[in-house]
Amino acid sequence: MEFSREKRLKARLAGDRRGDLYPHSLQFYLQPPTENISLAEFENFAIDRLKLLKAVENLGVSYVKGSDEYKSRLEREIRKLKFPFKALVEDDYDARRKDHISHFILRLAYCQSEDLRRWFIQQEMDLFRYRFNELTGDLVEKFLKYVNLSYGAISKEVKEKLAVQLLNSTPGLNGAKVEELEFYKVPLQEAMDLFRVRRVYLLNAFTYVPQTDIVAIVLNNYRTKLSKALALTARSLPAVQSDERLLPLLNHLSHSYVGPDYSIQKSIGKISLEHIDALSVKSFPLCMRQLHRALRDNHHLRHGGRMQYGLFLKGIGLTLEQALQFWKSEFIKGKVDADKFDKGYAYSIRHNYGKEGKRTDYTPFSCMKIILSNPPSQGDYHGCPFRHSDPELLKQKLQSYKIPPTGITQILELVKGMHYQLACQKYFQLTHDVDDIGFSLNHPNQYFAESQKLLSGGREVKKEPSEPESSQQKLSSQKSTSSCSIPISSNTEADTELEGLDAYFTED
Amino acid sequence: MDTPCQGFMPGSLPDLLPLYYRRLFPYGPYGRWLSYGGVVKNYFQRREFSFTLRDDVYVRYQSFNSPQELEKEMQKMNPYKIDVGAVYSHRPSQRNTVHMGAFHAQEKELVFDIDMTDYNDVRRCCSSAEICSKCWILMTIAIRVIDRALMEDFGVRHRLWVYSGRRGVHCWVCDDSVRKWSSAMRAATVEYLTLVKGGSETVKKVNLTDPIHPFISNSLSLVEPYFEEYALVGQDILGSSESWEKVVALVPEYILWLLLREFPKKHDSIQRWELLKKKMEKCKPCHAEWEIMLQYCFPRLDINVSRGVSHLLKSPFSVHPKTGRVSVPIDLRKLDQFDPFAVPTISCLCSELDMAHEEEDGEKENEAEPEPRRRTRDYKKTSLAPYVRVFEQFVEEMDKSRKGELLKRSDLQGDF
Repeated sequence: MEFSREKRLKARLAGDRRGDLYPHSLQFYLQPPTENISLAEFENFAIDRLKLLKAVENLGVSYVKGSDEYKSRLEREIRKLKFPFKALVEDDYDARRKDHISHFILRLAYCQSEDLRRWFIQQEMDLFRYRFNELTGDLVEKFLKYVNLSYGAISKEVKEKLAVQLLNSTPGLNGAKVEELEFYKVPLQEAMDLFRVRRVYLLNAFTYVPQTDIVAIVLNNYRTKLSKALALTARSLPAVQSDERLLPLLNHLSHSYVGPDYSIQKSIGKISLEHIDALSVKSFPLCMRQLHRALRDNHHLRHGGRMQYGLFLKGIGLTLEQALQFWKSEFIKGKVDADKFDKGYAYSIRHNYGKEGKRTDYTPFSCMKIILSNPPSQGDYHGCPFRHSDPELLKQKLQSYKIPPTGITQILELVKGMHYQLACQKYFQLTHDVDDIGFSLNHPNQYFAESQKLLSGGREVKKEPSEPESSQQKLSSQKSTSSCSIPISSNTEADTELEGLDAYFTED
Repeated sequence: MDTPCQGFMPGSLPDLLPLYYRRLFPYGPYGRWLSYGGVVKNYFQRREFSFTLRDDVYVRYQSFNSPQELEKEMQKMNPYKIDVGAVYSHRPSQRNTVHMGAFHAQEKELVFDIDMTDYNDVRRCCSSAEICSKCWILMTIAIRVIDRALMEDFGVRHRLWVYSGRRGVHCWVCDDSVRKWSSAMRAATVEYLTLVKGGSETVKKVNLTDPIHPFISNSLSLVEPYFEEYALVGQDILGSSESWEKVVALVPEYILWLLLREFPKKHDSIQRWELLKKKMEKCKPCHAEWEIMLQYCFPRLDINVSRGVSHLLKSPFSVHPKTGRVSVPIDLRKLDQFDPFAVPTISCLCSELDMAHEEEDGEKENEAEPEPRRRTRDYKKTSLAPYVRVFEQFVEEMDKSRKGELLKRSDLQGDF
């Protein structure tokens, strides 16, 4: 039995593979992939899709969704990462396969918490919307049939009879347009977003949706399916996690971001301890500034704070010796004496530098990790101030840092829309007095490096003779992942989307 | 029959409720309603009931194995008020025996609550909780508008409109498909049905833009016939400079000044409204005339009651503890004649029952009917009878369409 199934599968994969498996450049990802793939391919696919979704997120906030600029930039990303970007290209089996498999890998990584699911669905929806809108009329028709969403277009007679109602219930139409547009008869429940705001004609439990709005129906349907599928995936995750080859990879995917990890210490020894106070004001992101302040005030930080701040300091170039000296001098001003420090705390600092225990050289935390894992509790100062502080407190803090009121309003808007990294980016702009920072922020150490670059006029801090070209390399790789951002566009669309999502999650 | 019905003293409830629950409450159709034909397994058993007892003691998450068990419990507890909640995944009374997250509300009728207090800014006849026949027209309009939309737009069949017992009405939409709606669908429906937006900080609460959606134009044609009687005559909204200032605040500024100058020359609200309409004709596109009508008359729904699947709502035939009036179904065919003040109070019903028995006892003393049968017919001797009849028709209508459904399905199965 097993044998024949395999044979059949192989035959399908080898023979009529294009037509059969992926008839469209777009899909609802209803069937998981069944072939065997190598671990390397598994990882590469996943990382590429993550890069793509990350790009979708950044573009969605920097540009008006659906604008020409947005579309051309997104197309460039899709093309670069070799995902299917043009519906008509016949010979892109590999891209379609990659699209299919990578989507399912990320489902595994992003089903684990509500925050992750929300982010994943949001980006996948935006990606889907872009790709659906790129389809030509003919292909739309075919695709709708393929995913069983082909609603019957109403006949000419019906349309004539309902002409006035259709005209009056669908904003932005005129008589001639009603005549030329196709209208579909869609059940009430599937057009919730449309009838709610009275954008469609509603009669006897059916909505009459013009072809131009059918994308809303498709997205609604896709979102329902995806969120249900993610809930199911989460339930069956323990089985996958028992595979020890996959577990670290999946965790890494959901907790890491794409970009340099600031683990290579090319800047080692460039910082002297007496500069840290000044640097914390000028070049530290808000989270690290907050931790530094708390450390100086309380002469202590709890574990989460020591990890987040300690690794950041390691990333900006503190040597192990400097780190030990730094933490010790501060802690002994408080309730901890030198002996207790050496016994209790020095170990974990050496541990962070890979000198103890399993000798992992820990990398500084990225924004995603800070935002998504280990939220601070009472007495903690770690976490992302944009994500984890009360908006009112955040406002006060920003005011005390002399951020202009308009800037504070903008930051709070972004926080409200859950764009914490963009809020931080805004904070960078305001504290450095630049209009366009020219990179997208996803790591506290990146914040620091960019700040230093800017303040020293393109040169790094206190250049020391050693380490010639590695920092250059870092900068150039930085550039390639960056996409410049212009003043932030409105987020209302994203907000309503998320509101809808809430409903889907509570429904289950 | 008028005389005994006048006074209801809230203090007399403990004496009257046992009689009401023993002899008058229409258990038969009530049980049939909430069983929904017994099609879905344990549907009645998983329904939440909640009782309000004396001194506002509130008992939630009660559930019963059968309508008979509910009847027994009602007669034992004599609740001041009964609320109906959702159908849950498990029996509500056993909710503590299942895993925390597993117990959740699955289905409920789509309900609407329209309360007169939400109209206080456009009502001059009464304040807060009071109502009179003048402002009751607002409820009539609300029922007409919402009911039409439910029937024609949403294709809903089974709607039960109920007088709340004091100052508002409830609607229970009972179609099988609607009971399964998610809270998002319920909220979307309320949003579709809502035109008046904004609190006391907002002066202009209705803003129409072209094109005018068919829902709005259909609703307008239902509001219009009542507008003169309600707003111009009843509330006299253009009767004095003090009251018309509130109205003209809703029209564009250049017409506002014209109206303020000419209004004093006119005699009454009707003439002034004619003037306003005439002035508005020249100003297109602008719908101030309609916006005023809608702001003063259009139904105002409480979205929170409708949205939550697990939200409780006062049961039909429950007694209102403050007024003593029974929450009775409203016959839509006689909607304009419905008079909330004619709805029987519990004290009225009890004395009617007493009188009927005195007569009966005199006539046929020896013809003792079997106990239960006599009980079911007791309400027929009182002024509750016509309302129970309305309720029975509603339940029969549901039975009929369910049988039609079943027939259709068995026909389909018979095909192969």
